[in-house]
Amino acid sequence: MALKSETFPIATSDDVVKVRQTVRSWATELKFSLVDQTKFVTATSELARNTLEHGGGGFMTAEIVEQGPRKGIKLIFRDDGPGIPSIEMALKDGYTTGSGMGLGLSGSKRLVNEFDIQSEVGRGTVVTITRWK
Amino acid sequence: MDRIPILKMGDCLLVTIQVDMHDELAMSLQEDLTAQIARHASRGVLIDISSLEIVDSFIGRMLANIAAMSRVLDAQTVLTGMQPAVAITLVELGMSLPGIKTALNVERGMALLREFMGNDAESEEDDGSEE
Amino acid sequence: MSAFQEIVRAHEKAILSGWLNEMSTSTRRKDLINDADFKSQATELLRLVTDASQSSSDVQSEAFSATRTFLKEITKARMDMGFSPAEISMFVLSLKQPVFKALRDALKDNDAELIDEIWLSNTLIDKIGMLTVDTAVGFRELTIARQQEEMLELSTPVVKLWDGVLALPLIGTLDSARTQVVMESLLSAIVETNSQVAIIDITGVPTVDTLVAQHLIKTITAARLMGADCYLSGIRPAIAQTIVHLGIDLVDIQTKAKLSDAFALALTRMGKTIVSTKTATVNNSQKAKEL
Repeated sequence: MALKSETFPIATSDDVVKVRQTVRSWATELKFSLVDQTKFVTATSELARNTLEHGGGGFMTAEIVEQGPRKGIKLIFRDDGPGIPSIEMALKDGYTTGSGMGLGLSGSKRLVNEFDIQSEVGRGTVVTITRWK
Repeated sequence: MDRIPILKMGDCLLVTIQVDMHDELAMSLQEDLTAQIARHASRGVLIDISSLEIVDSFIGRMLANIAAMSRVLDAQTVLTGMQPAVAITLVELGMSLPGIKTALNVERGMALLREFMGNDAESEEDDGSEE
Repeated sequence: MSAFQEIVRAHEKAILSGWLNEMSTSTRRKDLINDADFKSQATELLRLVTDASQSSSDVQSEAFSATRTFLKEITKARMDMGFSPAEISMFVLSLKQPVFKALRDALKDNDAELIDEIWLSNTLIDKIGMLTVDTAVGFRELTIARQQEEMLELSTPVVKLWDGVLALPLIGTLDSARTQVVMESLLSAIVETNSQVAIIDITGVPTVDTLVAQHLIKTITAARLMGADCYLSGIRPAIAQTIVHLGIDLVDIQTKAKLSDAFALALTRMGKTIVSTKTATVNNSQKAKEL
């Protein structure tokens, strides 16, 4: 159940910086530890950049969620881009479609508590991540 | 667009990254540094990231690129001041930044640079004296 | 839906006073909560349940969300006061008696319907009772988790051996949760003491398998990223064998069998040596002779 929900556009590299800072401030509000904050904001940066560069731009919806007594932040990255043909390959360390080390997806998975990815070639991609306090 | 200032200290260049960089700023830093190393024939580059709270794979790649390009131009790069939370996150991400020398702070970083630059200078002297 | 809602609405006052009576005979715990607070919580809860059941009998539905929130609040408040989960759920379950009484009075001429309504309301109140138990147990688990974290922190001390040299004696196994704590303690100690070398001693680590090795390598990589070097000491011969058998590659990590050797190496690398001075006073047998 979401206690708070906001959607942000990801269309420029400035937007990537903005969503990083937004997630940082939400994490601070929920009193995440410094290391957990850093991990989560870094994952945000990776996924936002993916949305911009591979997805052609899209949106990030941020929600504060709760499960029993614990609270967390859930982020949903959505784009209508080309999609990912092989999710299994994409989640392997070192996989990359362009220049670079290709650690965005697989790395982000290790930085969060819950990770889900849905993608359809030609339709787009949705990546959902959650970090609990 | 603002650019990150690069300071010249003798034959070293010193950069302090203090802002949350967007991609274009990071790319222009890469270009500026390479240009400056070439222009001044710098032997050492010190990049201080003690104010950087987030280093993602893009920034990591940029730092690795700078180190590689500097090496091609015969300059040594040292990265200083990485925050513990950043180090932990980078390791979890799977980035170990091989080939980049690191130091705890600017002071140690400069000492490390002097060591490397000093070694190179000695071997140059050797070549000279053999002739 | 059913007659339940109408009856509960119509008899709200009677049910409330019946409930308060019921509670005063069972686990009231007057020592923990006073009458006024107790009455206002009961009133509010009954009102919320009555309102919610006007549109649904599903405790997880949207209609009951205000009820769930209120239950969580009072459960947490009562846990803090010292109520047990059982006592808190008794508070909810003792609502049954007055509700059944109201149903019986209203439907006394219709046995079949009465039984149906009693079943429905029984199920509903049971579910609300379960919600409180779930919440109470959840809070307990959070407390335990927090205490475990604190214990982990206490059990990974970082010791300064010399200016610039830290030692981290690990005792016990290294799982991923403990590795996080170890990394954080070690790295912040490196910053605080401005250290150049950290020695991780694993004499007290019973087994090193692939996972433990990965955790150690992670920790060492993180320290190196920050500019400190990391040695591994306390490697027993059996551990060395296991590492080779498992094909674990310690990359370019400096290792030593004994902590003392690692310490000596650290000092050497930092350009320091230990020198004897003439005024050593450690020889006891000589002193005895002199006396």
